[in-house]
Amino acid sequence: MPQLSDLLFYVFAGLTLLFGFLCVANPLSRNPVTSAMFLVLTILSMAGLFVLLNAFFLAAVQILVYAGAVMVLFLFVIMLLDMKEEERRRLNKAVVGLGSLAVLVLAGILVRAIVSGSKGAAVEGAPLEGSTRALGRILFESYLLPFEILSILLLVAMVGAILLSKRDLK
Amino acid sequence: MIPGLSHYLIVSALLFSLGLLGVLARRNLVVIYMSLELMLNAANLALVSFSHFNKNLNGQVIVFFIIAVAAAEVAVGLALIVALFRKRQTAHVEDLVSLKL
Repeated sequence: MPQLSDLLFYVFAGLTLLFGFLCVANPLSRNPVTSAMFLVLTILSMAGLFVLLNAFFLAAVQILVYAGAVMVLFLFVIMLLDMKEEERRRLNKAVVGLGSLAVLVLAGILVRAIVSGSKGAAVEGAPLEGSTRALGRILFESYLLPFEILSILLLVAMVGAILLSKRDLK
Repeated sequence: MIPGLSHYLIVSALLFSLGLLGVLARRNLVVIYMSLELMLNAANLALVSFSHFNKNLNGQVIVFFIIAVAAAEVAVGLALIVALFRKRQTAHVEDLVSLKL
C-alpha cells in the first residue's frame, strides 16, 4: 500500500528534474534570469526531498541560504552585467550535440552502476529524526574545529569579494 | 514502488548530469556558474540520502559544510565574474579565449 510520502517522493523528484532541465536547457528562453528562477524552483523542490529524508534543518537551510542568499546574489550580478547579448548569440550546434551525447553516456553509466550495484543489508535501528538538536549536538561536539575554520573561510570570502569588487583593481 | 536509496541516488545522478549539460552547452559564465551549483546540489542530495538510509547523521553535517562553502564560493566567483566583465565587457566564454588580460 503506497503511502503519501512515497507518492510525494515521485512528485518532488519529477519536479526537481523538470525544473533542473528548464534551468540549464530551456527551449523557450535563454535568458539568464529565467535560468535563475528555475534554479530557485529546483532548490525548493529539492528541499521537499530533504524533508522526505527527515533532514528538516537542512531543508530550511537549503531554502534560506540557496533560494534566499545565493540566488539574490546571482540576480544582482545578472542585473549588474548586460546579459541581453546571451539571447542574440547562436548556440554552437556541434558543442551542444556532443555535450548532450557525453552527458547521456555519463547518466547511463551512473544509473546503471546504481541499479546493478549490490544493495547491502539495511541498517537496523530507529529512523533518524534529523532534528536541529541532534544535528547541533554532533556539529558542536565532533565537528567543532571544522565549524570554526568555516567561519574563517566565510570571512576570507567576504574580504576577497569586497576587494575584487573595488574599481581600481591593482 | 516504495522509494529506496537507489531511487534517490538516481535522481541525484540525473541532476548531476543536467548540471554537467549546462556547463558543457551554455556559453554564459553566470549560467555556467548556476549549473555548477546544480551539480553541488546533486551531491548534497546523494549525501543526505546516504545519511538517511545508513541512519548516520555525519552525512547531514557534511552537507551543512558544503552549503556554507558553496555560499563562500559563489560570493568570490561572482565577484571575479564582475571584475572580468569590467575589464572585457563580456561574460561569454567564447570571447574570453586569451590568457593575457
